Amino acid sequence: MREAVQTGRHFWYGNIAIAEGAIAAGCRFFAGYPITPASEIAEHVSRRFPEIGGMFVQFEDELASIAAILGASWAGAKSMTATSGPGFSLMQENIGLGIMMEVPTVIVNVQRGGPSTGLPTLTAQGDVMQTKWGSHGPYEIIALSPDSPQEAFNVTIRCFNLAEKYRVPVVLLTSETVGHSAGKVVVPPEDAIEIVERKKPKVPVGEYAPYKPDEDLIPPMACAGEGYAFTTTGLTHNEKGYPDTTAETQEKLIRRLNDKIRSHLGDIVDVTEENMEDADIAVVSYGQVSRPAKKAVEMARENGIKAGSIKLTTIWPFAEHIIHKWAKQVEYFIVPELNYGQIYLEVKREAAGEAKTLLIPRMGGELITPTEIYNEIERMSKR
Amino acid sequence: MNTQTTAESEQHPIEKWLRSERMPHMWCAGCGVGPTLYAWIRAPDRVGIPREKVVYVSGIGCCGRGSGYLNVDGFHTTHGRAIPFAIGLKLARPELCVSVISGDGDLFSIGGNHFIHACRRNVDLLVICTNNFIYGMTGGQLAPTTLLGDRATTAPYGNVEPSFSTPHLADAAGAVYVARWTSIHLRRLEKSIAEALQMKGFRYIEVLSPCPVNYGRRNKLPEPDDIAEWFRQSSVIRNGANTSEISIEKGKPLILGDFVKRTGKPTFYEVMKELEGRVKPR
Amino acid sequence: MFAGFGGQGVVTAGYITGQAAAVYDDRECSFTRVYGPEARGSACYSGVVVDEEEIDYPYLLNPEIMVIMSQEAYEKFLSKLADGGLLIIDSSIVRLDERAEKYKRYNVPATQIAEKMGARVVANVVMLGFVGRIWRGVSVDGLRESVKATVPTRHLDLNLRAFERGIELAEKAIESAPA
Repeated sequence: MREAVQTGRHFWYGNIAIAEGAIAAGCRFFAGYPITPASEIAEHVSRRFPEIGGMFVQFEDELASIAAILGASWAGAKSMTATSGPGFSLMQENIGLGIMMEVPTVIVNVQRGGPSTGLPTLTAQGDVMQTKWGSHGPYEIIALSPDSPQEAFNVTIRCFNLAEKYRVPVVLLTSETVGHSAGKVVVPPEDAIEIVERKKPKVPVGEYAPYKPDEDLIPPMACAGEGYAFTTTGLTHNEKGYPDTTAETQEKLIRRLNDKIRSHLGDIVDVTEENMEDADIAVVSYGQVSRPAKKAVEMARENGIKAGSIKLTTIWPFAEHIIHKWAKQVEYFIVPELNYGQIYLEVKREAAGEAKTLLIPRMGGELITPTEIYNEIERMSKR
Repeated sequence: MNTQTTAESEQHPIEKWLRSERMPHMWCAGCGVGPTLYAWIRAPDRVGIPREKVVYVSGIGCCGRGSGYLNVDGFHTTHGRAIPFAIGLKLARPELCVSVISGDGDLFSIGGNHFIHACRRNVDLLVICTNNFIYGMTGGQLAPTTLLGDRATTAPYGNVEPSFSTPHLADAAGAVYVARWTSIHLRRLEKSIAEALQMKGFRYIEVLSPCPVNYGRRNKLPEPDDIAEWFRQSSVIRNGANTSEISIEKGKPLILGDFVKRTGKPTFYEVMKELEGRVKPR
Repeated sequence: MFAGFGGQGVVTAGYITGQAAAVYDDRECSFTRVYGPEARGSACYSGVVVDEEEIDYPYLLNPEIMVIMSQEAYEKFLSKLADGGLLIIDSSIVRLDERAEKYKRYNVPATQIAEKMGARVVANVVMLGFVGRIWRGVSVDGLRESVKATVPTRHLDLNLRAFERGIELAEKAIESAPA
């Protein structure tokens, strides 16, 4: 392996696919701390980066890792860290700093069972709400979830592109199932991979304000050492980046940080709708549960049940407009997930008054099977 | 300060380093942070480092606010995480001259682990700690540098914990340059910073710094000049002193100086590039 | 499914099989393995799912073929084997009982053969040759390429001989019809 982009057909674990996706997206700075079931990402990067001129650092903890990838991004690098539940919890404060300073970077969370040390080697989807609300304060974040090693490769690239475009930390919310299963991954030629770079300032040095947004609400980003002599802070700040802790400035800043994501739902949200045209029952799923969910819907169709599937590749911002649209048509949403009800709550909120929502909870450890989901579809079809 | 009516030639030499529109600053009378920053911004000119390459990373607290007053790329980060943030900046753009200037609580309590590991790795950073023996901004709570017996809002009966001697810690963890000054030893501090800026690797300077409001008032040094006077009367400069023998105790000499200068130790970046050189070809 | 005890290379055997299916045969495939304390010492396994279409479920539910290389793994995993499935055991290690009677069975003394070849660690590769010839899920050529791509060059010769030995055994087993 010498080339950055490994064009061809591979047999990769999901974790390797994530590392290779990051490299293909242009990531050249990785900071991390070992944790099951995410360590293979750091291991692979540590082997690959010296071949392609990237900088890998195994830090003393996750607190340092997340701080370092923010710093590296301010120096112009595309940066990433990878962790699992306990480490993700430790990173929350500086994820907030990344939101506030508007730093493009990617945080991979290979979910395992929790709370606490929980199930280190087994799968889960318990960190969905933590991803949205884990740091303090009102904010929007972007989180994507792949269903397989191939999608892990593709979605990792998209994470970097969205981070760069919206100046925001993006979470790749995957799981032990995807990270630790190997599958076929086809890597396209380098020139067929779409790569997005952050907007740079177009004004003279003296006129640059690091938080003065364009019409799309996203400010161009200068990097350290380019002569702009900008300042940035985790404190509430004005367009110049100066601390300005007034209610008025806070209102304006927080509205923009949220609205720059909310006003671009159509661009950010990626969902796959199948068999929905005439569906009475919709199975809403994400991550590794999407595959068995899709199979369950196919089983239902074979048995004459009008079921459809909605797969959320983008978890945050939530695809509220999509659920809202189908709520007028379907009678039931069924949400299978590896927790005790998280995305279920979002679906239920959007379906309120229009359709009923049923949760298939699984506390984690094992993946729900197509038959288990099918059985619920069948049960609801008889109501 | 009104820069518009002042000709360039009439400007104070440090004017270009300041965000004058942000003055007056927020620090109290008698505080040691301002003088420390003054010494720091004079040093790059002395050794020919262009302002565009100078980066200031700080954590949280009184000292942390400095990055917003100076006209360089400045990063006011989160509590304790200035060093790893700075490591990211420096490793991703090695031509930058990155300094971390932060307080004792930030660098040695919540951020202590990052400090020792950065020393161990010999990351190419200058770290300056303004040690005022207390948590100033939050109102005078106990710090890991608060001296035995000192009072703090969370040590109302006097501190019972031994304090860190931060130069000793830096030395033991492998820093290549270790010095201690006070904020009243401005010329020596400036010279020390200039010397440190010319070196590579992890360099550490402790600057003992008065906090009259939240340290002095509780510890029988209430007037703005009292702590400075303590420094003036007790200071003894002993370059090359053994760092295990320089812990600070009231009533004993304050040992200042440059204590450690290690040469020939490769930086983390150099080690990584050497590794890359071994792996890359073939 | 490849099952045995830690150190027999059941994870490697599964990986090589999955890689053969995905990369060399260009089929859809999912490979999973046990992690953590389970992977050290006692009974462990790895699973390969192969299909022409996208894999619905990445884990093995009821495998159609099972290679068992330790008695503990036999006790622990046999019940998962699908009705009418193929059971391949390392007959130098595993003793069958009446529970195995409902399956199509093959006895392969893989460890014994590997020891005679000079390294018991290639027992898993003997099994791979056998599986490649017997199972429709993966091609012999694909498996051979996958073995070449996975084992260290200095041990390639031995591994390829072990692989061919497995194929020979399978040929014989097919001729004489399974027990």
